[in-house]
Amino acid sequence: MPLTPPATEASAGPVLQIEDLSVLLGGLPVLRGITMSVRAGEAVALLGGNGSGKSTLVRSALGLLPSERGSVNLFGQPLARFRSWSRVGYVPQRSTAPSSGATVTEIVASGRLSLRKPFLPRSARDRAAVRDALDLVGMGGRSKSDVRELSGGQQQRVLIARALAGAPDLLVLDEPTAGVDLEHQQVLADVISARVSAGLAVVVVLHDVGPLTPLIDRGVILRDGRVVAHGPLPEITANAHRGAGHFRTGHEHVDPERPDGWLDGTVDR
Amino acid sequence: MIEILSYPFMQRALLAALLTGIIAPAIGTYIVQRRLSLLGDGLGHVAIAGVGLALLTGQAPVPWAVAVCVVGAVTVEILRQRGKATGDVGLAILFYGGLAAGVLMSGIAGQGAAALSQYLFGSLTTVTGSDLMVIGVLAVVVLVPALGLAPQLFAVSTDEEFARTQGLRVRLYNILIVVLAAVTVTLAMRTVGLLLVSALMVVPVAAANNLVKGFYAGLLAAMVVGAAVTVGGAVGSFYLDTPPGALIVVLAIVVFALSWPYSALVTRRRRVAPVLPELADDDTMTLHTEVPETHPHKHGPDCEHPSVRHGDHTDYVHEGHRHAAHGDHYDEH
Repeated sequence: MPLTPPATEASAGPVLQIEDLSVLLGGLPVLRGITMSVRAGEAVALLGGNGSGKSTLVRSALGLLPSERGSVNLFGQPLARFRSWSRVGYVPQRSTAPSSGATVTEIVASGRLSLRKPFLPRSARDRAAVRDALDLVGMGGRSKSDVRELSGGQQQRVLIARALAGAPDLLVLDEPTAGVDLEHQQVLADVISARVSAGLAVVVVLHDVGPLTPLIDRGVILRDGRVVAHGPLPEITANAHRGAGHFRTGHEHVDPERPDGWLDGTVDR
Repeated sequence: MIEILSYPFMQRALLAALLTGIIAPAIGTYIVQRRLSLLGDGLGHVAIAGVGLALLTGQAPVPWAVAVCVVGAVTVEILRQRGKATGDVGLAILFYGGLAAGVLMSGIAGQGAAALSQYLFGSLTTVTGSDLMVIGVLAVVVLVPALGLAPQLFAVSTDEEFARTQGLRVRLYNILIVVLAAVTVTLAMRTVGLLLVSALMVVPVAAANNLVKGFYAGLLAAMVVGAAVTVGGAVGSFYLDTPPGALIVVLAIVVFALSWPYSALVTRRRRVAPVLPELADDDTMTLHTEVPETHPHKHGPDCEHPSVRHGDHTDYVHEGHRHAAHGDHYDEH
């Protein structure tokens, strides 16, 4: 792996720096001039309604979508030259992995690939890291299960374990709490906040903040591909509510206390 | 059984069959995972163009088939990656362009359909020593990356975006998969034939998915099933005097058909009953509603009604509502 700056050096600069980023999807502007940065040990939430550009932002920040204008720097390196992918953990919003018929361990082991060399077998450290990541999210007992047998919430936890298996310095989660019941959202919040105090930088796309609230240092509210509010959570969400209620429009809010709420998470398929 | 091993042509046939049976499902596992089950068929048609070209120029068919097939596979994959052709349109162009060109060229060469047919349906018993050599080399060329790069290829074919965030060169791996598939198709043209090779890449994989759990176990099981049906088919065709390619594919489908009920039985046993939490304000205690309808059977693990764990007991879903056993009757939950 070429030129990975030592962790201490990197913690000085921002882990993720996005400048004036504009992205077109199908010829339509989805992001327009986004500027934001995330430092080590900081958890930033991306909020906003459906179609506001949250997912597009994290996907272009990881180079999964081409940008029209602007720049992305990961650990001080321009995205095009960035090679230290083991420092990044990504939890996609929709993954095809759970329908693959692989076991939980096989899926999570993919999270070590940035550290592995082709043609070499898994090392003992790889195996231990996979086990630890599964234990962290409370899925250690299901390591040999077919992922298709798990509930949506359990699959989500497997994908989070996959992102954590490489011991990343930047964790990017796209709606990690979708379909996860409140109890396990709390488990996730605890896992992530322990890592954040150890210096992990987190970018998390959220529909509802929920149990993750105490963990979030800052929020960035997007609307129509622009940053409309930026700052500590209670303030900006309150302002967004007052300001014509834009933040709350455009998507459905499911109150997790309602009886149908638990159907999302606790009921196995 | 032993006697057939005394014929040199059968020794070569069995070895060629075994190699094909191991290789085709190995690469087929990735093809199936990428939802490109019909790719092998398309590539088989393209290889026909290569065979036609060889007949036209009077050269050995295998190298030409490999070259044309690899070029076709890479072209389609690059078109797909650039978003210029959707998967099915690209495959359709492969299918018919390759087939038509192959038949056309073999016709111009004055060889007609008969010369092509040994490649279309295989002709295992005419495999020569040098054929076997080529098949052996190609088998190693396919097997080394298919197994050595299994973790990378698995990640790329199950979750492309995540694989990219692991720093994997996803485009390269995707091209590698179709190139390996192209080589496999041409390797199999003497054994099962170009028209049936796709079956050997897909059917053992489908059967293995029913028999074992997990990706690597599935990969190995598919190779075992593939080896068993190709060797079985080659031996069977010797005694039954049938075309080996067809018998191999029929055997593979029989294994798949048998694996199906097995899988249904096992998943039924393995299926975990869903759990409904008993809500704090659950009114089942206060509202005791006895189910009015009569039951021809007693609800239990063997009845056809889906079960749900509800707090400390099990409910059975019965025409849209849940029944819980209570003494000699069922309550509505």
